[in-house]
Amino acid sequence: MFDQRVGTIKAKGWRYDLERYALRFALGGMVIVAIAFISIPIASLFLRIDLQDFLASLSDPAVIDALWLSLLTATASTAIVLAFGTPIAYLNAHNNYWGRAIVDTITDIPAVLPPAVAGLALLMAFGRRGVLGQYFHLFGIDIAFTTTAVVLAQVFVASPFYIRQARISFQSVDSQFEDAARTMGSSRLRTFSRISLPLASAGLLSGAIMAWARALGEFGATIMFAGNMPGKTQTMPLAIYTSLEGDLTPALSISIILVAISFGVILAVKFLGRRMPNAS
Amino acid sequence: MKNTKMIVAIAAVLVVAMVAVAAVSMNGGKSSAASTEVTVFAAASLSKAFTEIGEQYEAEHSGVKINFNFDGSANLKTQLVNGATADVFASADNKNMNLTQIAGLMDNSTVKTFVKNKVTVIIPSGNPAGITSLTDLTKSGLKIVIGDTTVPIGNYTRTILKNLDNSSSEFTDYEAKVMANVVSQESNVNNVVTKVALGEADAGFVYTTDAAGAGSNVSLISIPDEYNVIAVYPIGALLSTTHSAEAISFIEYVLSTEGQAILSKYGFITVI
Repeated sequence: MFDQRVGTIKAKGWRYDLERYALRFALGGMVIVAIAFISIPIASLFLRIDLQDFLASLSDPAVIDALWLSLLTATASTAIVLAFGTPIAYLNAHNNYWGRAIVDTITDIPAVLPPAVAGLALLMAFGRRGVLGQYFHLFGIDIAFTTTAVVLAQVFVASPFYIRQARISFQSVDSQFEDAARTMGSSRLRTFSRISLPLASAGLLSGAIMAWARALGEFGATIMFAGNMPGKTQTMPLAIYTSLEGDLTPALSISIILVAISFGVILAVKFLGRRMPNAS
Repeated sequence: MKNTKMIVAIAAVLVVAMVAVAAVSMNGGKSSAASTEVTVFAAASLSKAFTEIGEQYEAEHSGVKINFNFDGSANLKTQLVNGATADVFASADNKNMNLTQIAGLMDNSTVKTFVKNKVTVIIPSGNPAGITSLTDLTKSGLKIVIGDTTVPIGNYTRTILKNLDNSSSEFTDYEAKVMANVVSQESNVNNVVTKVALGEADAGFVYTTDAAGAGSNVSLISIPDEYNVIAVYPIGALLSTTHSAEAISFIEYVLSTEGQAILSKYGFITVI
């Protein structure tokens, strides 16, 4: 874009050329520094562990437990986020009611809230002496320190990632199709399930993947609200933190698994982004 | 048009970032010009006592600023072994100090025991689970929080459970029954205290010092000395320190009458 505009201008002497090359050189240098800053730390994880140790730790029960628990809880959280987030996203994409801005703001808050704050907030609400938790406790339901607490923490932090993306996807569906279906006598629900949902599906899926990835990486709220119990509440990020003892191998192995998953997530979202309507 | 706006926006962000960096570095420049900074890596259980010792020390030694990094001893050791810069390391056990020494990071001549500590059981105020003795911890359905095996308090807790288990018929299968009630294994003793003080857990195993710190939010069930573990806290200067005189002076202050008085105020057993 930069070159095209310059290309239309005839040479303006050496000074102009020098400035152009200096700028290019400076920008190039900044790009290289930025890329190196991100890629070198990630590559370092792979350089500090050999393949044999990595494969050996994959059969370590602690690593397996954490891996399964993480996949299970992140998938459960994503399902909950989809169930509750889709109606909100659809409503806010199509209707301009009083208070929409407030609903938007509330659903966005967890994305910017520090995880430790989210954990404390959940504990204050759902803990045994919490605002809501004290009533649950009367019925013998204790949430803190259970796998349910892990899922709640993940739903809390991951929901904005899906809701925001879903709203944008529903908004980008051409309303002509929806209007046409409605005038031909299709019910609201049928229009939603046959027109809006399929047309927005690529965007919804990429939002769901982002929410799943965020849930998988949840640490701060989990350790506070769900505690750290192998097999029950110790997800992969908690296992990394706990095994920062003499032997870094399990921590490095889990980190490498998470890097691989993150990479897959980015690729999937990029691929889906190309399939989205009105992709810019 | 769009591009111009973008460039202006990016430029604005860059300017703000530069101003912020400049402000921070000017600030840092000011404080380091005025004083020598001593970085102390200390076990989480020392946070309150050491913060006060640091304030006292700074008041008596103008030109020295003490910066603390409080965390679980195992995490601190890992940070040090992986190249974190510090002048003084105070661990809550000999194990992590020894590992740091084996890594060749400590100035061994400066490593000394400076304080001792014991383990106790804490229960939330109001005692919702009705725990009045150590045997009550075996009642099924309790929620007990302990330290993970990677932190000293976690190892001490398991040792105590074994000691009780082996002691008499009163504590048959004690370890298994208590461990069955454990709902979380924290990698930092402060997290155990918090969860009990909030009433989320029915009981927790912590140091007497942590119990003192939690004040009226918790009450104690003490563990007799014959089953208890007396924790030994070593302190020492790192070989890599660039101001060893200040580091050694701080260690001496911790071992002095004034330093020990502050430590005993926070529930530690003094060594002098």
